[in-house]
Amino acid sequence: MSLSPVRAALDNGATLLVKATSKTPIVAINLAMRAGSIVDPPDAPGATWLLSRVIDRGTSTRSAAEVAEALDSRGITLNIVVTRHVFCLVCTCLAEDFTPVLALLGDILMAPSLPDEEIATRKGEVITAIRQDEDNPAVRATESLMALLYPDGHPYGCRTKGTIESVERLTRDRLRRLHADRFAPAALSAVIVGDVDASRARDEVTRVFGGWRKPAPSPATLPPVTPASARRRVVIPMMNKSQADIAYGFTTVTRRDPAYYAFWLMNVAFGQYALGGRLGDSIRERQGMAYYVSSAFDANIAEGPLTIRAGVSPKNVDRAVASIDEEVARLVADGLTPKELDESRRFLIGSMPRALETNAGIANFLQTEEFFGLGLDYDERLPDLLTAVTLDDVHAGARRALHVDRATVVIAGPYEER
Amino acid sequence: MRKMKETTLDNGLQVLVQEEHTAPLASVWCWYKVGSKDERPGLTGVSHWCEHMNFKGTTNIPRDQVKGIIEQFGGSWNGYTWIDQTTYLETATRDALDRMLFIESERMANCLYHPDDCESERTVIISELHGGENDPDQLLDQELTATAFKAHGYRHPTIGWLSDLETMTRDDLYGYYRRYYVPNNATLVIVGDVDTDEALRRVDAHFGRIAPGAPIYRRTTVEPEQTGERRLTIRKEGTTAYLKVGYHVASATDPHFAPTLLLDAVLTGAKGVNLWSSFRVPPPQRSARLYRALVERGLASSVHGSLVPTEQPFLYTLSVTATDGVPLASAESALLEELDRVRRDGVTEAELTKAKAQLRARMIFDGDSVTNIAHQLGYFATIASVDVFTTLPARLAAVTVHDVAAAARDVLSASNRTVGWFDPLPLKSAKADA
Repeated sequence: MSLSPVRAALDNGATLLVKATSKTPIVAINLAMRAGSIVDPPDAPGATWLLSRVIDRGTSTRSAAEVAEALDSRGITLNIVVTRHVFCLVCTCLAEDFTPVLALLGDILMAPSLPDEEIATRKGEVITAIRQDEDNPAVRATESLMALLYPDGHPYGCRTKGTIESVERLTRDRLRRLHADRFAPAALSAVIVGDVDASRARDEVTRVFGGWRKPAPSPATLPPVTPASARRRVVIPMMNKSQADIAYGFTTVTRRDPAYYAFWLMNVAFGQYALGGRLGDSIRERQGMAYYVSSAFDANIAEGPLTIRAGVSPKNVDRAVASIDEEVARLVADGLTPKELDESRRFLIGSMPRALETNAGIANFLQTEEFFGLGLDYDERLPDLLTAVTLDDVHAGARRALHVDRATVVIAGPYEER
Repeated sequence: MRKMKETTLDNGLQVLVQEEHTAPLASVWCWYKVGSKDERPGLTGVSHWCEHMNFKGTTNIPRDQVKGIIEQFGGSWNGYTWIDQTTYLETATRDALDRMLFIESERMANCLYHPDDCESERTVIISELHGGENDPDQLLDQELTATAFKAHGYRHPTIGWLSDLETMTRDDLYGYYRRYYVPNNATLVIVGDVDTDEALRRVDAHFGRIAPGAPIYRRTTVEPEQTGERRLTIRKEGTTAYLKVGYHVASATDPHFAPTLLLDAVLTGAKGVNLWSSFRVPPPQRSARLYRALVERGLASSVHGSLVPTEQPFLYTLSVTATDGVPLASAESALLEELDRVRRDGVTEAELTKAKAQLRARMIFDGDSVTNIAHQLGYFATIASVDVFTTLPARLAAVTVHDVAAAARDVLSASNRTVGWFDPLPLKSAKADA
């Protein structure tokens, strides 16, 4: 059964997608603004992140305490998610609360008051979170890998939270300007999924956002991504830890690249299928070296990374890296087997009912569909797109992006270079 | 809540089936009443290690065919072990139901425990233990629990102590498996787009011939009443200070449990009422007392309350991450002051009304997938009974401010608490070597 969402454009440029479901008396609301961390001003890294911590702490008509009460009294947790490209307000509410909750979220998104005292408190939280990250080998390894894959200030290589120094420098005026420059109806995609009639949802969204008048923000541009030309290896000694984290990766393709589906299937077989695909077979199942090992593929507007992650005993770091090298080399040399490709394809196609089971899952899917312009029938076309991928397509993808001699490797934990 | 069918096979297997026709999916969970509290000294971590071994192939599912057996139906699978229970699950398209039941019946009766697999998994589990030690918050939680309990089996971590993981043998593992993985110690839960009668026929075909095991008699040490505050401090390199305060608290079947659940909602916001849902979604807590006292005052970057239903009296734990630069003593003082206040003055009607609304919403939100519904049913069937869950909304609705005040007085006394600090030493190393 296809999703067939209702899509509408408001006359101020905002986009609305609605899917009515009746499985439970709840509604998922997902309001995405195209204002992720890539719009951080160059002199203010972490500004978008701090804005996400403060935006719901008072509006022009509601105090922070009133916002808190309005959410808490309905049992609602408002998650504000900042990715590279999107600033997103996400929550689930009871269907009976849909109208007031949507109005509240609209108020938060359009008219935050950003009180100074709230900024000061949230800065303390963000700085504490940065300090926690500094003591986390997994975060250290991953952030360092991204900085190496996306160097020279590329937004994909920057910490979303910024640095302690940059956060300390941020002011209310800076956050207000960021909001004024980047939050506008043309950048908004509102997705409503749940126990609400589509026409009513449309009316409510129009009532809340229809009067918002602002010019469209200038498009954010990204520097080009240059694949690594040589192998790099960085060690971050953290001798107070018990286990070392390895992050190993490459830049790959954009989400709109025709090779995307071949990369997706390749990644499933390589580091996802069952307990970590080929990597899991080798490093966890056969060699017993790691509790976790897997790969992740994150194609985006710019060429996204393929990242391999493993947590291993410090004495096994070299053997684990060698095993990853071996699996990468094998993938580049031979591609996948017909069985692996078939299994990965069946898994991805077969997992769609699970991905689209909950209202929140459908809302995520629709936001992705809208963000990348995949079309309202994407859920129906996806099986065919995956079916069309050949072994040669996958092999070409592996040869194009992966190479042991151009891998970037970061090790963080109780390990030092000999 | 939709109608659930409950039955027990002749071999003692409890079976719960609930039809949910909202998506073409089915979720199968097999629960065993065995967890880390059932382990004796020298064998800590054996329940969890057995869980790992039970994904390694069986008599009729060769090792190399385990991989992909559910994935070919687009499914996901997992398992977990905690203090009271071990459970395994698969969620996949409804046409995989028979395959899922076959896997669980094999897991119950025919796991192999090949010596090579036991050895390989030893290092995987030690890696899991070390990964946990990387997290100061997790380390503190483990130490706090071990300090709060001095006799009961809840005192040691589910992952086990390292020396036991280094010395346990294949025979230890297999013997434990054969003792506890029997139909008369298990609950099978099926939720999804299935026909109940047909599902029960398939259950009987797969499980009906598995022989029951010997009755399991458990010796339980009752934790002596705590008679004074206990404290511990971990001094280890780190960047962030953490505080935890644990109080002995009632089990899921105790009449005091519902008022304590509402007390927690007033203090830190309501969560779901099982292990996963207790942390899957952060609680609505902006107006909660401890959030206002600690986070809003800049003393903490987070505060979290954990009251998870358990078979026997466990802990209500409050966890605080101190804001960078704030001394732990300041955070502790503010926390205890707030707890003393609720102990002294109770809660208001408005607070109780809000807490009830939050819990009602959370329990509805938790019914959003066949996986979560099956988890909720099996969780309570294993630690208490399904009735304890299905009657919870009515019991919560009946709670008064006097009940919550009484719970606060009972639970939050100084002599019932254990206070733990992770007080970081400065980092000696954190530079990058290219």
